Amino acid sequence: MSRTARIRLFWGAAAVIAALYTMACLRLPHFGTAVHPYGDRAVAATLRQRTANTISSINFDQRAFDTLGEESILFGAVLGATALLRRTSHDHNTRPRPVRVLPSTRLFGALLLPVALLTGIYIVAHGQLSPGGGFQGGVVLATALHLAYVAADYRALQRIRPRELLDQADAVAAGAFTVLGLAGLVAGVAYLQNVLPLGTFNTLSSGGLVPVINAAVGIEVASGVIVVLAYFLDQTLFATGPAGGAFRKKAER
Amino acid sequence: MNLLGPLPYLVAGWLLLVGVYGLVTSRNLIHAVGCLAVAQSSTYVLLLTVGFRRGGTAPVYSDTSPRSVVVDPVVQALALTDVVVGATVTALLLALVIQLHNRHSTIDPDRLNALRG
Repeated sequence: MSRTARIRLFWGAAAVIAALYTMACLRLPHFGTAVHPYGDRAVAATLRQRTANTISSINFDQRAFDTLGEESILFGAVLGATALLRRTSHDHNTRPRPVRVLPSTRLFGALLLPVALLTGIYIVAHGQLSPGGGFQGGVVLATALHLAYVAADYRALQRIRPRELLDQADAVAAGAFTVLGLAGLVAGVAYLQNVLPLGTFNTLSSGGLVPVINAAVGIEVASGVIVVLAYFLDQTLFATGPAGGAFRKKAER
Repeated sequence: MNLLGPLPYLVAGWLLLVGVYGLVTSRNLIHAVGCLAVAQSSTYVLLLTVGFRRGGTAPVYSDTSPRSVVVDPVVQALALTDVVVGATVTALLLALVIQLHNRHSTIDPDRLNALRG
């Protein structure tokens, strides 16, 4: 299809979508309405399960089975990116060269790296209490590790990044979510049902299965993001194929 | 006041159409992946709009009373799912773009029309 035909088709379709969507919006309950039947039920269930963070309770308890699908998507995407970006034979494995950085930048990185990692662990561990959880904390953990690359160089990142271990951690954590669901079956109830003792409301051990699944998701997200970023960084820094070279030249310019 | 009723919904629709327009007219696949992210962000706006309750606070009870008025937590959980899936799909698509560039030395979708083994 030619470019002009494609754009004309878009404008036709966009006009129809805009008209129908606007008509639908005018009949919807207005923004900020007080009636939220699903929300009220979810909040009641959350308080019953003694989990302070309603979002975590929904994601890892009430809708845990949906979240299993979600983290399988994450795992599948990591696997797909790994397969697509794996080193092919014509890419030579070159050693990264040390880069000169300002001592103050290096010091900043060395000081803030543990702080950033601790923040990530905090956000994962307090997922059932305060805003955060496995997904958010995992991303914080993964980006915190890359402070070493930003503040120093790629060799520093390679030293603190146990790649094989992270590959395995990703798979084990993804499997752990599935296996944790079996606890419900063992106890004679539904798959992924929250069967652990619920604990005291608003304490670290409250929420039963929620903090456990949260931790598994946190490990999976952190290792998954690190692994994917590792493949992208390798592709940009070392690949000598046509794309690697092109991207690198652009980056150097 | 009356205008604010449907306005956030319309913003979501506008974001979707702007993103799709970018996809249709894109001359660079990395730009197209960005446009897809814009189109997808319309769903965040739509979900959070659906769940907003006037005067409501965040549905987290670690430092508020369990009787306080909160916004709808179900759509917030859905938005979280949405963000995660969006990020992973973006990563996968960018990996595909790198492979396409390796194979065809171009990432202009209009020039990617020849089949090659």
